[in-house]
Amino acid sequence: MPEGILCNTKPVSTKEQLQALLADKSGKQYYEEMNHLDVDRAKLWSSIQKTCKSRIRTWLEICSHCGLCAESCFYYIANKRDPKQVPSYKIQSTLGEIIKRKGNVDNAFMQMVMDTAYSKCTCCNRCAVYCPFGIDTGVMFSYVRGLLFAQGFTPWEMKIGSGMHRIYRAQMDITTEDWVDTCEWMAEEYEDDWPGLKIPIDVENADIIYTVNAREPKHYPEDLAEAAILFRVAGENWTVPSEGWEETSLAMFAGDWEGCKLQVESVYAAMERLKPKRMVVTECGHAYRATVIEGPYWAGLKTGKTPVETLHYVEWVAEALRTGKLKIDPAKKIKEPVTYQDSCNYVRNAGLGEAAREIMGYIAEDFREMTPNREHNFCCGGGGGLNGIGRYRAQRNIGLKVKRDQILKTGAKLVVSPCHNCWDAIRDLEEVYKIGIRWTFLKPLLIEMIEVPEHLKPKEE
Amino acid sequence: MYEFLTGPMVWLSFGIFFTGLIARAVIYIRGLDWRLDRVTYSENLSYGVKGALRSIILWLFPFGTHSWRNNPGFTILVFALHIGLLFTPIFILGHNILLRERWGFSLWTIPEGLADTLTVVVILSVIFLFLRRIALPEVRMMTTAQDYMLLLIAAAPFVTGFIAHHGASHYNFWIIAHIISGEILLIAIPFTKLSHFILFFLSRAQLGMDFGIKRGGMKSKGIAW
Repeated sequence: MPEGILCNTKPVSTKEQLQALLADKSGKQYYEEMNHLDVDRAKLWSSIQKTCKSRIRTWLEICSHCGLCAESCFYYIANKRDPKQVPSYKIQSTLGEIIKRKGNVDNAFMQMVMDTAYSKCTCCNRCAVYCPFGIDTGVMFSYVRGLLFAQGFTPWEMKIGSGMHRIYRAQMDITTEDWVDTCEWMAEEYEDDWPGLKIPIDVENADIIYTVNAREPKHYPEDLAEAAILFRVAGENWTVPSEGWEETSLAMFAGDWEGCKLQVESVYAAMERLKPKRMVVTECGHAYRATVIEGPYWAGLKTGKTPVETLHYVEWVAEALRTGKLKIDPAKKIKEPVTYQDSCNYVRNAGLGEAAREIMGYIAEDFREMTPNREHNFCCGGGGGLNGIGRYRAQRNIGLKVKRDQILKTGAKLVVSPCHNCWDAIRDLEEVYKIGIRWTFLKPLLIEMIEVPEHLKPKEE
Repeated sequence: MYEFLTGPMVWLSFGIFFTGLIARAVIYIRGLDWRLDRVTYSENLSYGVKGALRSIILWLFPFGTHSWRNNPGFTILVFALHIGLLFTPIFILGHNILLRERWGFSLWTIPEGLADTLTVVVILSVIFLFLRRIALPEVRMMTTAQDYMLLLIAAAPFVTGFIAHHGASHYNFWIIAHIISGEILLIAIPFTKLSHFILFFLSRAQLGMDFGIKRGGMKSKGIAW
């Protein structure tokens, strides 16, 4: 069978296709079909010839197999220093081999490549910081995911995710109406406690356009209300777009570059339409990476920047605390030991480590760094889409050990984690390893700690 | 034989070495693509240059980066090897005497004792790197025949030169072996992993630009390599 009904080389583009995939529980039929998928060798090789240029070719060629990348990889550490988990080995035995064989590989090989690209690399890019030749294996595995996607070798959940973006311009099935309703509902829900609370939709020329992760409207709508409260207390003139509000990109994890482009263009179109001064992105790592760091390239923006200046939520919070827009009640600072999870996507890959420290300086009395930290921090264990892929749950759980041990060493029981993926991974590591920790985004913490001006408090009746 | 090896073959070896390296550099740079690599190389050049320089310079110093500091033994071996490889052939007295005889000029030279020390350092470093490849499972697993071969190619001119200079007999044999192995090394550089002679700088510059332009360089002091 060259192409399956569910597992094939065509991206999902209709709601019917999406429904069929979702109905296939755990992707049972999908993965069965994958066993019979043909590899289009000519297409694979021609794609490599067109897109695998000197940077990646040189990385593969000059790697001297010195092994310095081994210790940089949390999978290598978590898997008892298994030599097969050395980043260089992982990429040489997959992409390196495909190129050596000029694309002449079979189904079993492609499945091995898929398993490696998803369950042995979260594209955290930590190895790039440790290689003397500057070889970034994370970048290469992201590239490999693109090759795999074009051939239909993509984990079931990632295929669904990419389809969601193509259909809904969001990683979940949320329509414009759902989104607008959720914003209005949340504003009403919290209005009693926060008189006049609004989530302004499609306001032109606002100072801030706020964009989110689809999980927020879908699963934690209170996060939206919390964002609204903090913007209100800070006195910000802000808005959300009715369309182009989704920052995340499962398409990026899936290597669906066309889907990535469609997704970020919806956000950039909102910027063009509403002409805000700046954009603020919610507490998510890969969302920021996708829409702010990589997105301009997918959309072909020559500046390499988003149409308007963009801040990650931690940058906005740091700025609001620094400028006094948000003030912390000293009596309410966190007294217990607390640590901070640096997200690979906005710390190592976007340089925002300092903003996090600035915030912790304002809100915590006993802030304890993990070791290593900032751009040297380890991936939470759930990056690169791994949290969401059932096929690799066992491998993911082993990988979580490194973060578990890092957290335990700090002695802190509270982990601040302004990234959805890290937040999930830390929640799951608690579920699996039961080390007695709590984890939180910044918004709920800040709401408990800020000084609220009298006129914003509810009037006593 | 000697005349040929120190005449036309030297020209040929250096010719291949230099044109090969230039070709590698040109091909590398021409193959960079701002959209595929997702780095606006020319658009944000000042950030790129800063990132590239940091990325190269910090790695040129032993213990200049986290990776070097985490692996002190390896770092010492690698730096000792490269210093010996680069400095000895250029500044050794014998080569400069030859240079003066043939072209009428010579460079500043290092004392013979230092040249001997550097030579021994190169040979010992190669031996330890060879053993390291065998001893460490994570390195052994990836090591290919080419990796061992390149260590031998790099060490050969030093071993043969040392024996020719200090050996009591068979000078003619060892000096010819020395010249041939030196020429093999020069020719091998552009065609093998030894092309990192130039590609180290270009690859480091590229990743430095990536981090300097796109991945945080515009919003931070620059990545702590």
